[in-house]
Amino acid sequence: MQQRRVIDQVHTNRVLLNGQLATPKWWLPTVTLLGLFVVVGWVLIGFMLNKGLGVTGLNRPVFWGVMIVTFVFWVGISHAGIMISAILRLTQAEWRRPVTRTAELLTVCSLLTALLFPAMQDGRVWRDYWMMPMDWARGVWPNPRSPLIWDPFAIGTYLTGATLFLYVALLPDLGNLRDRTKGVMHVFYSVLALGWRGNPRQWKLQTVGGILLSALMLPIFVSVHSVVSWDFAVTPGVEGWHSTIFAPYFVIGAVHSGVSAVVTVMALMRWLWKWDDFIRPEHFDALARLLIVVATGWLGFTFLELIFAVYSQEGQEVALREMQIFTWPWNAWFIVFLLTGYFIPVGMWLFKSVRNNIALMFWTSILVNVGMWLERYFIVVGGLSRKTPLVNSWATYRPSAYEWAIMAWSFAWVSFLLLLFARFFPLVPLFEQKESQTFSAEIKIGRARVPAVLREQE
Amino acid sequence: MADKKSVLGLFQDPDRAADAMDGLKEAGFELGTFDVLTGTPYPEGAFGEYVPQHRLFRFPAFGAIIGFTLAVVFTAATQLAYPVISGGKPVLALFAMLVIVYELTMLSAVVATVVGIIFESRLPNLNPGAYDTRITEGWIGVVVSTTSDKAGSAEHVLKRAGALEVKMA
Repeated sequence: MQQRRVIDQVHTNRVLLNGQLATPKWWLPTVTLLGLFVVVGWVLIGFMLNKGLGVTGLNRPVFWGVMIVTFVFWVGISHAGIMISAILRLTQAEWRRPVTRTAELLTVCSLLTALLFPAMQDGRVWRDYWMMPMDWARGVWPNPRSPLIWDPFAIGTYLTGATLFLYVALLPDLGNLRDRTKGVMHVFYSVLALGWRGNPRQWKLQTVGGILLSALMLPIFVSVHSVVSWDFAVTPGVEGWHSTIFAPYFVIGAVHSGVSAVVTVMALMRWLWKWDDFIRPEHFDALARLLIVVATGWLGFTFLELIFAVYSQEGQEVALREMQIFTWPWNAWFIVFLLTGYFIPVGMWLFKSVRNNIALMFWTSILVNVGMWLERYFIVVGGLSRKTPLVNSWATYRPSAYEWAIMAWSFAWVSFLLLLFARFFPLVPLFEQKESQTFSAEIKIGRARVPAVLREQE
Repeated sequence: MADKKSVLGLFQDPDRAADAMDGLKEAGFELGTFDVLTGTPYPEGAFGEYVPQHRLFRFPAFGAIIGFTLAVVFTAATQLAYPVISGGKPVLALFAMLVIVYELTMLSAVVATVVGIIFESRLPNLNPGAYDTRITEGWIGVVVSTTSDKAGSAEHVLKRAGALEVKMA
């Protein structure tokens, strides 16, 4: 059955710009509430920076806790953007059209959040500029051998690239908003649209530039989570970290959690802005099929990690896995992690009725990210808290209320940024929707009428 | 010297807009002085328009070379400025440098590509000429940049092709 309807451009403008040309009733109360959480979070962060990391549960031997776990989590979520946008753009997948901008936006917002966590974790944010080659007076320069220097370069590159990618693809829609607004907002959109007119040259550059940027962003996307994984993998002294499979394992896990987050946000977009004609069950169906493949690949890496530990018969590695799988409370969380990260969602996605049920897709995508956060906790905290020889303090790490509050703040902060963006810029690319209408037709084969999408020869 | 004029014909039917483009060519208007404006991409050549050439592919290559050079200088210079001698190994740790060199090369290539897209799209366009907001609602505009003495001729061609409205700026 064809879910796509023929929609004219006036209707597309009216529906997809309903968040920018008018303020939805729910927007202000929601943003105010989120803003309140954000302010409280910033105050807590300020307090923690003032008092020092003693207010957290961090102590020997666990010096990386919830903040680094949450950092890895948000970097993972950021992989949604390029995975969806670049790969689907390069392969010219038709169902990408309503998904791409949300995915790119999620990348930018989650990276903006992720990079705050290492800054908090280092405890002395006012010295973070030491990572840059600008300390002429001290004569102590950044050490490129340290993965902690690689991180800001990788994430900085990804954030800059993703932001520019988002902006370039916004240009035609900024021109559209300029045409639909008056007064200050007209000036605002006119400046951002740079005088966009929509001539063949500009459209050609949009298409070619989009493909070129996608091709450039893909290797960055792969490198970023690889570099994040090397924060752990190049450390020989911690069991469970020093592993050669960490880079692909982290990347595929990031894609799993990132694409799931896109599903969550798309369901919310459909419900909040009532975009039923544009975000359709067929899009959730396609994303779920993709997720089944990605999640299964990720599960393979998860078990590969265990197999490497057991097969090598290294006592300390085996002891770590024993702790994670058989010791309370790790064993309970391990089961929750496997169930939420893979078995419940993927088991459900095997059924078409679930893939086309947006409420079920929403809740299963949230389950995935519960599981993926736990996975990062297992990796980061598990390795550090294992009782190893020559470690005299074997206290169990318990995250403090500060750490939980700051983690919760990060979700409010990302939601706040998303809603703020949505008030001023369209979340679904209008020109892509219109292009889809221009390039689609219904063709007759025998007695059947088949929806078809035309593609220009490159 | 005659004043510059911008004449815009508005169409709803792509065929009529294509006829207008043909009519302008026949009336002696030079390629590059008239253009078609749409709210969505159309297949290349749908209006018989001049197919634009661009040099976008040079930008990322140029950016990558600049980024690679700066990254090598940065990583090498910082290690030479503060040498960390460990186990008799070379001061310049090439494999570690590769990570930063790679990231900065890609960053520079992306930034140059975006600059290229904007530059090759001829943006920012501070003097856009005649325009109509209905273009982003599905109407098709055929715009002619000409002198005031030829504006009447352009208007005539656009109307003859079936323009629903003609505007001048």
